[in-house]
Amino acid sequence: MTQGALTDPATGGAEARLARPQRRAAWHVARVTEVRPETASAVRLVLDVPTWPGNDAGAHLDVRLTAPDGYQATRSYSVASAGDGTQVVLAVDEVPDGEVSPFLVHDLRPGDQLELHGPLGAFFVWRPGRDTRPVQLIAGGSGVVPLYAMASLHGAASDPTAFRLLYSVRTPQDVFFADELASLSGAATHDGSTLGLDLVWTRRAPDSSPDAVGRLTRQTLAARTIPAADRPLVYVCGPTGFVEAIAGWLQEAGHDAADIRTERFGGTP
Amino acid sequence: MSFITRGFSGHRREPDPQLPPGQTLVHDWPVLSAGPTPRVDTATWELVIRDETGADHRWDWDGLLALGVEDVTVDIHCVTHWSKLGMEWRGVSVDKLFEDVESEHEFVMAHSYGGDTTNVPLEDLLDGKAWIAVEADGEPLTPEHGGPARLLVPHLYFWKSAKWVRGLVMMPDDEPGFWEQNGYHLHGDPWREERYW
Repeated sequence: MTQGALTDPATGGAEARLARPQRRAAWHVARVTEVRPETASAVRLVLDVPTWPGNDAGAHLDVRLTAPDGYQATRSYSVASAGDGTQVVLAVDEVPDGEVSPFLVHDLRPGDQLELHGPLGAFFVWRPGRDTRPVQLIAGGSGVVPLYAMASLHGAASDPTAFRLLYSVRTPQDVFFADELASLSGAATHDGSTLGLDLVWTRRAPDSSPDAVGRLTRQTLAARTIPAADRPLVYVCGPTGFVEAIAGWLQEAGHDAADIRTERFGGTP
Repeated sequence: MSFITRGFSGHRREPDPQLPPGQTLVHDWPVLSAGPTPRVDTATWELVIRDETGADHRWDWDGLLALGVEDVTVDIHCVTHWSKLGMEWRGVSVDKLFEDVESEHEFVMAHSYGGDTTNVPLEDLLDGKAWIAVEADGEPLTPEHGGPARLLVPHLYFWKSAKWVRGLVMMPDDEPGFWEQNGYHLHGDPWREERYW
């Protein structure tokens, strides 16, 4: 465990921990241009946000909904897109008995308008060209969304950094961005970099898969991720229990706590 | 600039005057942190207040508890839009830690095991407004929730309640900590929605 010293915060952490947001958060009006099923329980929302300043890969934003009587509900979502564009892509998984996600999944239509606040977050992000260290992404369920944004930007930027994604997911029908991930992992960019993609099926594997079905184990984690000796930057996103287990195993396998960035979801319905 | 969202009615929850704007009531207790959870043994735990002379005031675990642990029932508000009301905590008032600390500085950087930092004005920590918390919901504070001890500053957004707290360093000026450098507000009053800068 890293014992944090009482140093000046300006010099006490790794340089990457001090990244300032490059784009200031503000309120924006988004117009829905596309709503389509992403998984059995999630939709992909494609939004046109003319005033959007772009966002880092891994950033999130707040969505605010307003009822006719003025009642408002706000929730945070990771952004699946990255870069300078004004098109913002979200992938929203329905939280049973939730208030905002069922509306976004079932009721939102192209042409509808939404209020957004963002982009938010400057720590759980990956920026091309900043660091040549390999990157290991580890996703549990819908926690893949910000990691997909990183892999996607890495592919689009033809960044030579080694990138690998370990994705723990229930069944083939639950894979977010399945076609895009297959494409990113299949196609070598001009300099030969690709996304290394490893899927772990927790409930049911594809018929053709020789892999055993079950929860991600310490052994599988060690076998299918970049070893600690290569000093990868590791981004872990998923439910709290998943992130706690993975972060613990990574440290026991020799990864430095400062090399592991985590994001947890769940909680607010 | 708000406008009505077509088709949205929301759950018809009664307005709750205890909920700051933009917050939703939860009954579970979500976990948010930027990295792995530090595991800190109370046998080696210590808390340090460093004043402007560089002098350290130190408490080990027993020394902290000997200052007097009090029951506190407070509401907590996370910047990610959830609030938990009437939560029962136990902790040592920050006032007790500062009884013998002489400092002219008006700002504090709270440091955590694991390296995170967050800045808080001293006036937001004194006069019964903040604690070093060691129990929540009747149980010792778990590592995921910042145990063995975290700062508890319930009138500010909950990232200010530094998990795994290990030191308070006096500062002449209000400098941003780790969370604030990554986009969160310098002060963080939930009633004024001081979420981001």
